[in-house]
Amino acid sequence: MSSRAASIARSALPPAVFGVGFIALWELVVKGFDLKPYFLAPPSKIWQKFTENFDLIWGATKVSGTNALVGLLVGTAFGIVMSLVLSRYRVLSDLVTPLAIALNAIPIFVLVAVLNNMFAITSEVPRRIMVTLVVYFIVLVNVARGLTQVSPTHVELMRSYAASDVAILRKVRVPNAVPYLFTALKIAAPASVITAFVSEYFGGSQNGLGSRIASNIANSKNAVAWAYVLGACLLGLTFYVISSLLEGAATPGGGSKRAKKSR
Amino acid sequence: MSAVEIRNVGKIFNVGSSNQVDALVDVDLSIASGEFVSLIGPSGCGKSTLLRLVANLLEPTSGDIAVNGKSPKQARLDQDYGMAFQQSGLFDWRSVAKNIELPLELKGWDKAKRRERAIEMLELVKLADFAEHFPWQLSGGMQQRVAIARALAVHPQLLLMDEPFGALDEMTREHMQGELLSICRRTGSTVIFVTHSIPEAVYLSNRVVVMSPRPGRITKIVDVDIEGERTDATRDDAAFFAGITAVREALRGVEMTAHVRGIEDR
Repeated sequence: MSSRAASIARSALPPAVFGVGFIALWELVVKGFDLKPYFLAPPSKIWQKFTENFDLIWGATKVSGTNALVGLLVGTAFGIVMSLVLSRYRVLSDLVTPLAIALNAIPIFVLVAVLNNMFAITSEVPRRIMVTLVVYFIVLVNVARGLTQVSPTHVELMRSYAASDVAILRKVRVPNAVPYLFTALKIAAPASVITAFVSEYFGGSQNGLGSRIASNIANSKNAVAWAYVLGACLLGLTFYVISSLLEGAATPGGGSKRAKKSR
Repeated sequence: MSAVEIRNVGKIFNVGSSNQVDALVDVDLSIASGEFVSLIGPSGCGKSTLLRLVANLLEPTSGDIAVNGKSPKQARLDQDYGMAFQQSGLFDWRSVAKNIELPLELKGWDKAKRRERAIEMLELVKLADFAEHFPWQLSGGMQQRVAIARALAVHPQLLLMDEPFGALDEMTREHMQGELLSICRRTGSTVIFVTHSIPEAVYLSNRVVVMSPRPGRITKIVDVDIEGERTDATRDDAAFFAGITAVREALRGVEMTAHVRGIEDR
């Protein structure tokens, strides 16, 4: 256990030192060259604004975070269900795939603008739908691949056991797709946060991190805007870390280690 | 009653299309219960296809096959045979014991009975200490032993093996051959074994079926007359070498005809 702690410390130390060094350099450059606060605020000022405005930032984080989380959960659920349906019925897959690609090619802001028109101006629903769509495609593509790209030997083996299609799905396809699902989540979790921010730029309530950053920049409150950026960064990181931990917990014998060693 | 009866069997892939392939024509083979039969021949001679016809993973285009006196499909549904491939085909997300339990799970056995049988099988292949390991923690030879244990888990009378030792190094391979024979002596299984290796076929088999390609067919059946139990000493036995020579000559005949045909084609 202690050797494990030591190995974690060893791998965590270099990036930690680099991070601290980077922030120190930033502070020094701003102070040394006497950069104006409207150009670049020093980290110390940003931290001060972060603590001063913590309640506001926390409130905005909750709004954006909830939108991201709801979209992430709903999008993942839809993605899983749809990939199961599409992998079962090839014909349906051929029908739906072009439509899905076309839908995914529409720029986000166009959809948000359209959705904002459909719902009340204070509604969070358009943003959540937007996040759902983005997550849905990431999960669908990855999980569908995991369900279909199974080893031919495994399928022959299951047929030799007289296994039904349902049994092959449960015992081979679904377990095979689990690592693909977590890969998808690791991509989709930060993407859901980014989508939640971006969709706040196109109208609706000015209550989330994205709209706060925009309005503070508009008011030349640069350091405050940066403090909100810090909040956004922490929110994105939290989503990523949780999805990584979930991956480790859900894969027997440790996910990434297995992927490296097998075959 | 013979374990496997193959009568006038033919298999054509892509019937009627431009890339039609005559994988097998006029195959006749009768395999007695408890017999060890190897199928050997160059790539494309249909030896794996023949194995899959017996396993009912493919349907013959013509002719009849009987496994334990039943249709291959019924034999498959009854899990009358166990099968092992060149890739061990173990499931990475299942422990070694759970891999062996899979065919029993599909038969609806309860948990305690499954575990009991898995342990019994692991003792048979001398891997009892590795029940809770995952496949990727084992060496290639150990993985292949688990695959054999899994193939034997339902106590099938018939074992179908498609180059199971093909991916192993020479030393592991010879060791595994000895292990397989000792397992078969204890279980009394009938084995159909596909291989590329002449010494392997001769060492393991009562009969070696030599096949040739385009179209896939049986050209010769070589009887191997090695007295008594086969051990490592068998590999220095005159009868072993005689068997190897006989199979090699039969295969050479295959190559010769293929070569002559090649000239005619030009």
